[in-house]
Amino acid sequence: MAEMLAFEFVSPERLLMSEEVEQVVVPGTDGDFGVLAGHAPVVSTMRPGRVEIYNGGSEPVSYFVGGGLAEMANNRLTILAEEVIPIADLDRAAIERQIRNAEEDVEDAKTDERRRQAQERLDHLRDILTALSA
Amino acid sequence: MANLKELRKRIGSVTSTQKITKAMQMVAASKLRRAQEAVEAARPYAERMEKIIGSLASSLQGSDGAPKLLVGTGSDQVHLVIVATSERGLCGGFNANIVKGARQHVHELIAAGKTVKLICIGKKGFALLRREFEDRILEVIDMSHVRRLGYNDALPIAQKIMRMFDDGEFDVCTLFYAKFVTVLTQDVTPLQLIPAHVETAGESLDADLGGAVHEYEPSEEEILEDLLPRNMATQVYRVLLENAASEQGARMTAMDNATRNAGEMIDKLTLTYNRERQATITKELIEIISGAEAL
Repeated sequence: MAEMLAFEFVSPERLLMSEEVEQVVVPGTDGDFGVLAGHAPVVSTMRPGRVEIYNGGSEPVSYFVGGGLAEMANNRLTILAEEVIPIADLDRAAIERQIRNAEEDVEDAKTDERRRQAQERLDHLRDILTALSA
Repeated sequence: MANLKELRKRIGSVTSTQKITKAMQMVAASKLRRAQEAVEAARPYAERMEKIIGSLASSLQGSDGAPKLLVGTGSDQVHLVIVATSERGLCGGFNANIVKGARQHVHELIAAGKTVKLICIGKKGFALLRREFEDRILEVIDMSHVRRLGYNDALPIAQKIMRMFDDGEFDVCTLFYAKFVTVLTQDVTPLQLIPAHVETAGESLDADLGGAVHEYEPSEEEILEDLLPRNMATQVYRVLLENAASEQGARMTAMDNATRNAGEMIDKLTLTYNRERQATITKELIEIISGAEAL
């Protein structure tokens, strides 16, 4: 049995997960990195992407995060993420459809403010799709 | 007799009022519990965020690269005051107290020759401030569509404040809200959002590592730059949650008082009603007896 890593997954609204896991892959701003037990202390921001949690089985449990922060210290990894969606809950076709809608919204936007909002939404959806394809 | 009928009607109406206030109190109590749970649940994130920012900020203190959000623009001429109130009334002095605190603050700033801009969250505060500061209120943020307060409700507010700050529209931003102390007490508290008030006295993140040092990816400055806006949103979120809990607490207390007052009133009215009724009976008896005697 491999050494375990204490892992906490926190969103602004609540503590999502607090348990021992084998390995977590974090989408750091400077590139993905895997964290195993005994990893060196590190603080890193995250880009929108997928967090993969390996616990026992060969298949990881994956979550989409919309950016945030990861801190590793004393064999404890804490991830602070604002938006967290289980990858299993995401439907590729639905997101592609939403992206097409958002693209139309950007083109149709009447004011700059509307266009900016639509663009933000579009970028966000593309981030999700990228994470899904990874 | 007209008087008796009137009394009966009043007792009836006070009784139904009491039923309503009683129901409102119970609704507020259950909402309060949920609001308190939400405040509790939001705590881990805020605490960890605060710790990391505190340690980053203290290590970067004094350097030229410190972000403006932390050190301010170097001026304090233009103030933005955000007043967070509720969307509904019937919650005792809740809104009035917040507005009172904010109003005092605004008057002090104006007296000191500063420019003041206002943003209201919740229409009750706007209603109270409109007459005095109409031309200073930039915006009213309507929260009445929000059923269950989430982080996504706080985010746009924080982003708006950030955008205004980036455009140089103000130097200092203060938020007024009611801090939840107990069900009976809510303290009106000003919270300075910009320049961010950060506990820098907190120990360094590396303190409990036994000699090891954190690696930062990317640099400390960049992380702080990224975290401060997130922290703002977290703060706004926390304030909204606390405010919601305070509102329900205030409403619960107010409705409890109202229910008790209605009870007292019913007792008093019932007493008067019974006296009146007996007086009528006695009068009728006297009339009958004296009528019989006269025969």
